[in-house]
Amino acid sequence: MTLMNFIYYFINGIVMGSLYVLMAIGLSVIFGMIGIINFAHGAVYALGAYAMVLVTQQVGYWPSFVVSPILVGLLGMIIEASFLRRIYVGDPLRGLLFTFGLAMVLEQLIRIIWGPSGFPYLMPGYFAGTAKSMVSLGIEFSRYRIFIFICAVGVIFGLWWFIEKTPYGMIIRAGSRDPEMVRILGISLKPIMTMVFGLGAALAGFAGVLAAPLAGVQPSMGDNVGNIAFVVVVIGGLGSFWGAVLSGLLVGEVENLSILIWPPIAQSAMYILMAVILLIRPRGLFGEKWERFE
Amino acid sequence: MGKEGKKGISRRSFIKGAGVAALTLGFFGPRGRESLAAEPIKIGQITPTTGFLAPTGWWANHGALLAVEEANAAGGVLGRKIELIMEDEVNPGVAVQKARKLIEKDKVHAIQGTVSSACALAIGDVVQRAKVVFVNTGSNSDEIRNNRCHRYVFSTEGCNTQYVSTIGNWLIKNKKFNRWYFITSDYAFGHDLLRVSRNLLQKNNGMELGSELVPTGSTDFSSYLLKIKNAKPDTVFHNLAGTDQTNFYKQYKEFGLPFPVAGGVCDTAPAWQAGVGNVLGMFPLVWYHTINKESAAWAEKFLKLYGKLPENQAWCDYVGAKCILGAIAKTGSLEGAKIGQALVGFKIDCLKGRELYFREWDNQLMQPMYIVRGKTREESSDKETDIFEVVEEIPRKNEPLTAIAIPDSENVCKKEPW
Repeated sequence: MTLMNFIYYFINGIVMGSLYVLMAIGLSVIFGMIGIINFAHGAVYALGAYAMVLVTQQVGYWPSFVVSPILVGLLGMIIEASFLRRIYVGDPLRGLLFTFGLAMVLEQLIRIIWGPSGFPYLMPGYFAGTAKSMVSLGIEFSRYRIFIFICAVGVIFGLWWFIEKTPYGMIIRAGSRDPEMVRILGISLKPIMTMVFGLGAALAGFAGVLAAPLAGVQPSMGDNVGNIAFVVVVIGGLGSFWGAVLSGLLVGEVENLSILIWPPIAQSAMYILMAVILLIRPRGLFGEKWERFE
Repeated sequence: MGKEGKKGISRRSFIKGAGVAALTLGFFGPRGRESLAAEPIKIGQITPTTGFLAPTGWWANHGALLAVEEANAAGGVLGRKIELIMEDEVNPGVAVQKARKLIEKDKVHAIQGTVSSACALAIGDVVQRAKVVFVNTGSNSDEIRNNRCHRYVFSTEGCNTQYVSTIGNWLIKNKKFNRWYFITSDYAFGHDLLRVSRNLLQKNNGMELGSELVPTGSTDFSSYLLKIKNAKPDTVFHNLAGTDQTNFYKQYKEFGLPFPVAGGVCDTAPAWQAGVGNVLGMFPLVWYHTINKESAAWAEKFLKLYGKLPENQAWCDYVGAKCILGAIAKTGSLEGAKIGQALVGFKIDCLKGRELYFREWDNQLMQPMYIVRGKTREESSDKETDIFEVVEEIPRKNEPLTAIAIPDSENVCKKEPW
C-alpha cells in the first residue's frame, strides 16, 4: 500500500462520507427538532431520485436539481400535516411505527405508479469522467463526486446558518428544547413542525437527487440508505447536527479504508464502529443529555 | 351406557343420515365431479418483486403469464384451463414458506420461478420432499444442477458454466484477454460464478489480478473501482446480480476507467436501467429479442400486450411454463413424478431456432447462449431499449449444445428416486 494509494482512499472516504452526511442530516434534523425517528427516510430518498428523473425529462437537469427536493419537501409537509401531527402526543413508539409503515407504503406506491423496474438516468455529459484539475495534482478523481462534495459542504453550512443564525432557526431550537415555553410566548409550533419535517424530507430528497446518476433509480433504492443514515445519526448522537456531519465522514472513511486494508470486513465496518462508540459513549459522539429523552 | 352405547341405527338417525346423504349427492355429487373435471391446472410462480433482484421479477411474471394465456387461448391442456398463482420471493426463508403454501394450500401441480440461487436451493429441498416439479427459471448456480441437484428440479435459466464458458472462451480466443480482475456479488450465486470463471481462467493460463467480494445491494463501488484502476487488468469480469449490475455499470462509466468490462452473467433489465451508453463491454445473454425473426415477432407481441419489450428473464419463464405444460400434455397426468419423467429429455424449440432439451443428469435445458456487445448512445436506434448488438451464437449451429454445459466429467449429482 503506497502513500498515494492511501491518499486516494482517504479522499474517496471523505467524498463518500459527504454523501452519507447528506443522507443522514435530514434524519438528524427531524429527530433533533421533532423527536421522531423517521424510518421512511430511505423511501423519501428514493422519491427524490424519482422526482429528479421525471422532472429532468420535462425541464432539464438544473431546474430539476432545484425543483425536485422542493417537491419532496412539500410531500413531507403534507404527510406531517395530515398524519404525523396527530401522533406527537403519547408514546414515541407510535411515531416509529407510523414511519415504519409509511416506508413500506411509499415504496409500494413507487412500484405501483412507476413500475417495479426503475428508470435509466444519465448524468449530464460534462460531469462524466475525471476532473482535469485533480489530474495535475497526480490524482484522478470523478468529476461528479467532487460536485457531490461541494453540494454537501454547501448544504451543511446553509443548514447550520439557517438553524443557528435566523429567527426561524431560533424558534426551532427553542421548540425542540421547551415546546411549552415557546407556546407560552405566543408562538405556534404547528407550522414550525410541518416546516421542519418538510426540510428533513427535502434533504433526504436532495441526497436522492445527487445519487440518481450513480445508482439504479428503482423502488427499493432507499433500503440500504435508510440503514446507513440511521447508523450515522446514532454514532453522531441522536439529534446532533455536527455529530451527524462528523460521523458521516467517519463512516465513509472507515468503510473505504477497510475496503483497502481488509475487504471482508467492509460490510460490517460501520456497524462495528457504531458498537464500539456506543460502548464507550452510549449517547453517541455529540449526543447531549436532554431532559425529554431521559 | 347412554344413547351412544346402543347398537345398530335408530330410525330417526337413519332418516337423518339418508337425508344428508341424498342432499349431498343431489346437490354436490354430480356437480362435484363436474368441477373436478374443470378444475384448472395450477402452476405456482415464485419470483422476487421487491429487493435487489426485483428488476427482473416483472419480466419473469409476464413471461409466464404469456405462456399460460397462449395455452388457455388454445383451449387449455388436457381439456383444463391453466391458472398461474404468483408469489413474491424475498429471501430463502420466505421462499420456502411460499413454496409450502403453494404445495399444501393451493395444491399446485408444478412450481417455477426464482431469481436468487439461495432461494432456488431452498425451494429445491421442499419440492423434492413433496414430489412436485420445480422448474428453476432464473437462478444460475451450478450447485442447483450438480452437487445439490434434485430429481424434481429442472432449469431453463442457463447455469453459471454455460454463461462463463460462452463469454470466457470467446474473450480469451478472440480478444486474447487473459489478465482479469473479478468483482463479485457476495452470496451463493456470485461465489459459484466466481469459482467457475476462475477455473476457466486457470485452464487458459490466464492471470487473476484481483478479486473483490461486494455485499449485495451496494450503493457505492468507488473504492473497488480505485483498486481496479491501480491493478490495470485487460478485462474487468463482473459476477454481479440485479441492481448491483446497474450501480456498477453507472459508476464504472462515471469513473471513466479504460479497461473493457465483461460479465459472467448479464441480464437486460439492469442494463436498461443503467441506460444506453453506460453499459459498454461484452456479455453473455441467454436470450435477446434481436437474435432471430421469431424472437423479434414474439417480442412485438409481448410489447403490445404488456407495454414493455421482453428481456431474457421473460423468455426463461415463458419457456419454463411451456415445458411444464408440454410435459403435462405429453404424459396426460398431473402427478408430480409423471410430469418430471416427461420433462427428462423433453424437447422444445422455443424462439431459438434449434431443438433444446433437458439433459438427463443435471436436468438443465441444453441451449445456445449469445455474446452481445453494449452499444454506445450513437449506435442505439432509440437510446432506450436498443442496448445490445448480438455478436455470436455459442455453441455455433454445427456444434453440440453440450459444448458449453457442465462437463460430464464434473458430474457429482446424485438424484433421489422418483
